[in-house]
Amino acid sequence: MVSQHLLTITIFFPLAGVLALFFVNSEKSQLIKLVGFLTTVATFAFSLFLYFRFDAAAPGFQFREYAVWIAGLNISYFVGIDGISLLLIVLTTFLTPLALLGTWNSIHKRIREYTMMILLLEIGMVGVFASLDLFLFYIFWEAMLIPMYFIIGIWGGQDRVYAAVKFFLFTLFGSLLMLVAIIALGVYASTLPGGYFTTNLLQLYGVAPRMALTLQTWMFLAFTLSFAIKVPLFPFHTWLPDAHVQAPTAGSVLLAGVLLKMGTYGLIRFSLPLFPHAAFTFVPLLGILAVIGIIYGALVAMVQTDLKKLVAYSSVSHLGFVVLGIFSMTEEGIQGAVIQMINHGLSTGALFLIVGMLYDRAHTRMIADFGGVAKLMPVFATIFMIVSLSSIGLPGLNGFVGEFLILLGSFKSTFLGTYAYATFAASGVILAAVYLLWAYQRVIFGPVREGGLYGGHTLSDLNVKEVVSLSAILVFIVWIGVYPQTFLSKSGPVAKQLVQGLEFVRSGGQIRTAELPANNLPYGH
Amino acid sequence: MGITFDDFYNSSPLIALVTFGLLTLILEGMGKDKPVSSYWMSLLGVAVSLVLSFFHLGGGVPVFGGMLFQGGFAGYCNLIFLSSALLTIVLSRGYLERMEYHRGEFYILIIFATAGMMLMAGALNLITIFLGIELMSVPLYVLAGFMRKKERANEAALKYFLLGAFATGFLLYGIALIYGASGTTDLLQIKAAIPQVSHNPLFLIGCGMLIVAFSFKVAAVPFHMWAPDVYEGAPTTVTGFMSTAAKAAAFATFLLVFVRMFEIAGTSLSQVIAVIAAASMIIGNVTAVAQSSVKRMLAYSSVAHAGYMLSGIAAANSEGETGILFYLLVYSFMNIGAFGIVSWIEQQDDKKLSFDDYAGLGERRPAVAALMSVFMFSLAGIPPFAGFFGKYYVFLAAVKADFTWLAIIGVMTSLISVYYYLRLVVLMYFRDGEADIDKPVPLAAMVAVVVAAVLVLALGIYPSLVVEITRGFFRI
Repeated sequence: MVSQHLLTITIFFPLAGVLALFFVNSEKSQLIKLVGFLTTVATFAFSLFLYFRFDAAAPGFQFREYAVWIAGLNISYFVGIDGISLLLIVLTTFLTPLALLGTWNSIHKRIREYTMMILLLEIGMVGVFASLDLFLFYIFWEAMLIPMYFIIGIWGGQDRVYAAVKFFLFTLFGSLLMLVAIIALGVYASTLPGGYFTTNLLQLYGVAPRMALTLQTWMFLAFTLSFAIKVPLFPFHTWLPDAHVQAPTAGSVLLAGVLLKMGTYGLIRFSLPLFPHAAFTFVPLLGILAVIGIIYGALVAMVQTDLKKLVAYSSVSHLGFVVLGIFSMTEEGIQGAVIQMINHGLSTGALFLIVGMLYDRAHTRMIADFGGVAKLMPVFATIFMIVSLSSIGLPGLNGFVGEFLILLGSFKSTFLGTYAYATFAASGVILAAVYLLWAYQRVIFGPVREGGLYGGHTLSDLNVKEVVSLSAILVFIVWIGVYPQTFLSKSGPVAKQLVQGLEFVRSGGQIRTAELPANNLPYGH
Repeated sequence: MGITFDDFYNSSPLIALVTFGLLTLILEGMGKDKPVSSYWMSLLGVAVSLVLSFFHLGGGVPVFGGMLFQGGFAGYCNLIFLSSALLTIVLSRGYLERMEYHRGEFYILIIFATAGMMLMAGALNLITIFLGIELMSVPLYVLAGFMRKKERANEAALKYFLLGAFATGFLLYGIALIYGASGTTDLLQIKAAIPQVSHNPLFLIGCGMLIVAFSFKVAAVPFHMWAPDVYEGAPTTVTGFMSTAAKAAAFATFLLVFVRMFEIAGTSLSQVIAVIAAASMIIGNVTAVAQSSVKRMLAYSSVAHAGYMLSGIAAANSEGETGILFYLLVYSFMNIGAFGIVSWIEQQDDKKLSFDDYAGLGERRPAVAALMSVFMFSLAGIPPFAGFFGKYYVFLAAVKADFTWLAIIGVMTSLISVYYYLRLVVLMYFRDGEADIDKPVPLAAMVAVVVAAVLVLALGIYPSLVVEITRGFFRI
């Protein structure tokens, strides 16, 4: 029973925590936090089962579960994971308990509702990565907006209402067009000989690439716009700084750590394999936008006075790398993109935790308000250093692996066709060093403030919970940096297959036949 | 064709409801503790009719010499009308008591309006449609002005009545022209004659007139002008009833006549309806943004929802039919639920109806605010709530019928709607304020709203509960 439904259990286990919380007195804040934390830890444990039972050598999606949901429309509850989704699911279930642990004392009102929202958010995030039916995917994708909206709107900072509404409307705008495209895709399948309306991704993999180029282009644009807003790709990034800065720390961690990855995941899972011909024509445009994002995000990050905003803009820059890697359409590029998605989740998640810990103590995030923190918080300063270096891409830490692979991929890429992309993108690495090290220097070094007061408060070093949550991330920052093969080997076969498929299509090959294939086909062709 | 026992058996939901209505009327004239006995009697009548309708869901049989059909499609629509009526009756008691307008005839009027709706959904003859529309409308005119000492209520009743009468004129003229073209008012005979008459200008003009009349009843642009004022002036629970059950009845007729009988798929008539749908979505949603009264916002949103559902009629395929039938049911639950909560917050003399009166409700009444949020998210079409699936289905129908542009307008205007629905959520949760419910809400009313919310969630997660029933209906 458990082994057959392991994936479903991983997705919906947080619901058990939500239900349990209904019966906990809202005054008992420690108990509430404990229930929330233990639920997410248990979810992580389930995802570890997935991880260790996953067979990277086997083709196609594993842990599949298929149940008819809405028979008339061939909509099914269809979930399954491949190497890429596996890594992202584990990232999600790993970061959620750490986000709760690292912000144990930073939420002061309506803690029960807050914990419920984080748990509901986790369901949505894991569900997105596991869905193999477009309808199901869309449900998770949209439903997740609701908890995030409340997290920003109720527990956020000064301008939280503006940020929450902007976040909701921006992301919804993209997804609604995607919804029309999902419907149109199903209707297209129904017009084929012997066809019928379906949202089953594996079936659509077989037929969608054969669509006429104009139709394919429209659908590619609808899907990609939605993902580009979520990533966010320049110039659709304007919601991100607002949402990040206003969200409470745990919200920012999950927003940066996981939600943004849903955009890049969507590009890999849907945009490329479903509409390859359209994707080829848009490689230059998306490549240029990605490079602009890398440089623009870094430059804007450099001039920020608010530490949290700086980290937010650094996300724009880092995600630009991921998009560039994806659209290089090379094995290295896509592998790099996947590992960089994980890296960014770890490093930026940790950075947001760090900023949040600083804010909890000093009640300010302005870089100018700090200086000399190293003397008062030595442990904090050390961890902050390692995380910054990882974000910059120092060899030996995780960021280097991802950026190196992506740059390698984009140099090699015949789809991008020129070295220019990689050359300009490489400057982003240098800029990252500038803005992060400069900020680090201003915050951590220099003389201690008068009387040791920051924003009117004294600083104390990290407590045990905070150290534990950050150290857990540090372990993987070093692990991926030293021996990335552990994780690359999971996503490798998928990246390889995807790139082979794209090359095959480009060389004039036809994926399958025009008829709608039977259920549960292996991935690719 | 004589009348047989089967005719009575098959139309027992309708007969039971009318019988209870008449009994209540007599009791009301005799009894002492009048409003309460009427309340219980009408509740019982609606419940009995609802149970009977469940048993008559299968098939669809012509009764009374082909003037009506019962069961199947009509049976399903009866479920919508009767459950709306049930919720409305339960919610109205406490509300009317607080507003000091609690009178027994209220419930009787609801019952007869519901009977009219049931006639409309089961009509097999244009004359029956006319009878049904009038039987539904006249009690609604009275209900709109039920708070007779209020100026707004009088305005609402008068406006509704005058414009409604005008729409009836269109309906009758349309029926006359169609009769002129086809020589019959029997819908099945007209259907058989469609190949001959479909290019007859008389027939087309007649259809145009019917579209005007039905668009008026569903409050579609440009025939929606009455809706905001009437919805605002009517007692809040009645507004909920009018915007759901009455709209559902009009849509049932719309579906029956245009999609099933006149088979407009791919004709110029479907283009006309598509334009009306687009206009309703755009104007309804855009105007709703500018409202400061929650009741008026819901009125304009109801215009917008008419637009979404009309997309399904314009598509005129089986997805459109199933989509509308699903949509109507969930729209009833979410809208009556929303109006129910509005009626709890409202105070005498139209006080506490503006958005700002909801500020801080999440702090003081977390359960009520949560329920309201469920309805708002569902109205906005955010999954996993049922409103999303309703929209999904009608947009699917539109795309399938090559009305992709309509689906795009639909989703883009949904985005606008998210703004104003979420405004309420923002106020309830993100702002501090004094919002509260001054008098305790009766338990029955609370239960009614909770049931509506649970159904909105359940049907969103598992729409097959209803979809599978409705898919079998399109036979008669």
